[in-house]
Amino acid sequence: MDINLNMVDDNKNKLIDKSIDMKIDKRRVVLESVARKMFLLNACIAVISVAAIAFFVFYKGLQPFFSNNAEGTYSLIDFLTGTEWRPNDNISSALYGILYMICGSLMATAGAIMIGVPIGILTAVFISKVAPIRIKKIIKPAVELLAGIPSVIYGVFGLGVIVPKIMQISPQSQGQSLLAVILVLTIMILPTVITISESAIEAVPKAYIEGSYGLGASKIQTIFKVILPAAKSGILAGVVLGIGRAIGETMAVMLVAGNPIAGIPTSIWDPIRPLTTNIAMEMGYAFGLHQEILFSTGVVLFIFIIILNLILNKITAKAGEK
Amino acid sequence: MKKLKNVLMVALIVLSIVAIAGCKNDDGNETTNDNKEVNNSVDSNDDKNNDDNDKSDTDNSDNAQEDDLSGLVSVSGSTSVEKIGIATAEEFMALNPDVTVTYESIGSSNGVKNAKDGVTIFGTASRNLKTEEKNWGLTETVIAHDGVAVITHPSNSANELTKEQVQAIYKGEITNWKDVGGEDEEIVVVSREDGSGTRGAFEEIVEFEDSLTKDAIIAKGNGNVQTTVAKNEKAIGYVSFTYINDTVKPFKIDGVEPTAENVVNGDYSISRPFLVIYKEENMTKESKAFLEFVLSDEGQMIVEEKGGIKVN
Repeated sequence: MDINLNMVDDNKNKLIDKSIDMKIDKRRVVLESVARKMFLLNACIAVISVAAIAFFVFYKGLQPFFSNNAEGTYSLIDFLTGTEWRPNDNISSALYGILYMICGSLMATAGAIMIGVPIGILTAVFISKVAPIRIKKIIKPAVELLAGIPSVIYGVFGLGVIVPKIMQISPQSQGQSLLAVILVLTIMILPTVITISESAIEAVPKAYIEGSYGLGASKIQTIFKVILPAAKSGILAGVVLGIGRAIGETMAVMLVAGNPIAGIPTSIWDPIRPLTTNIAMEMGYAFGLHQEILFSTGVVLFIFIIILNLILNKITAKAGEK
Repeated sequence: MKKLKNVLMVALIVLSIVAIAGCKNDDGNETTNDNKEVNNSVDSNDDKNNDDNDKSDTDNSDNAQEDDLSGLVSVSGSTSVEKIGIATAEEFMALNPDVTVTYESIGSSNGVKNAKDGVTIFGTASRNLKTEEKNWGLTETVIAHDGVAVITHPSNSANELTKEQVQAIYKGEITNWKDVGGEDEEIVVVSREDGSGTRGAFEEIVEFEDSLTKDAIIAKGNGNVQTTVAKNEKAIGYVSFTYINDTVKPFKIDGVEPTAENVVNGDYSISRPFLVIYKEENMTKESKAFLEFVLSDEGQMIVEEKGGIKVN
């Protein structure tokens, strides 16, 4: 309505042929409202997608724990605290415990973050502040390419190269292990961490850097005392997105994790079964309660991601306050 | 911004509450919806094909039948049957250029489900049907037999196992190769994912259902087991005969070589049927012709070429 009135005012001032003007005016108004509706529609599609996914996953995933399920119910507590996964058509002898998978997923993610984040941040610093242009021109596209490689390729690389290498040094007899997963995930989160950190570093105002130099600080001092603290929130956002990628990664991890049916990992040499691979491995075969429980596993993953995003929102909100 | 966020959050929460409330009344019909759609399209396809057939039958009833085969024959199921399925499909397509045969290897249980829901015309399974599946009104045809070989790394010094030893290894009772004639090394047990037809058949025949050792590594698919065993000198795994090659060494079981002849004459006990499963009402002329082709002498020759054991 505001726009409408403004336009009318404009027209009065211009005093040209009224009928033509009115036509243009009307067209404009219609265009405006159509455009606005288009934007709204598109925004709605995004929101509806999230709502639909949440609805569907929660709907299927919560069924096993309600009493009016066709095949009987499974205890939510057993589900969340069990450390053994033995699907069975007969519910009384089936075990669906995912605690060891939650542990495995979290340990793998934490490990990948611990190794990947320092490497990622330092690479980002190198690309944007240290590297000569010639080298930057090689490294930057290389990192971007790393992001574009299909995840299953990382898995094949892990199975063919990393796992046999681990087998040589591992006290255990198999190479499929938490360590293998961490190494593969580390490589996979690097592009996320690097690109986001790099743009955060690039966004640090020139004045800060010049001021630092003006005070007599060296380049290294400037990087660690001025640039990195100033880019902190952006870097943290990159880390959180990296965590998201690590926790949700499936295809690559499935090939190198070992996917045992039980046991909380106690060392980096132990095989793990992350939540994601559990779903991917068995969804094709599952039906009935088994399938619903796999959806429940999806719910747990979904909740992880929601928590992560809340943290991300907190971080970006804080950055706004500063 | 904050307000909008709050509104959105509330909307999401309300939605999820509705979702949960909705759970209780529904009998879980909605999952089958997609399937039905696909089913419909398959059906309409059938109708069209049938109409065509009727027409051509009335027009020139004496014409050779093979000429007017056209359309899609969809097959999905066991990874063990994949090689045979694809090889026969290729040959059949070469003979009938207008027919497309697709094979999707997604595992036995899923294949059976797809056949039941009409997602694909045929499902394939590398194990016998479970009692539950037998109630679904499906027709099963054995197109081949297959042995399951117990494999290890070629450098392993153990060559022979008894069925009891295999059982003990998979139950976790024997954990060292020296107990079964190998070196003093830990045994890395490799098994298939839950629901796999090969695993189902293997567990049933070797009799360790529901008691797989907790230390087992789980690999998805025959090929993955083969690769894992080929890369690890201490590993033991089991794959369909069609997956034996130079990178792995099959064990003699109870003194019997794992060969097709020994499966046929009953000496090698770890074997299972390859089944094709379908619903009569979903069958088209093309799919019938394809099944007939697989069971014909020519089709069975391909089965044998690909490591399967022909049905007699």
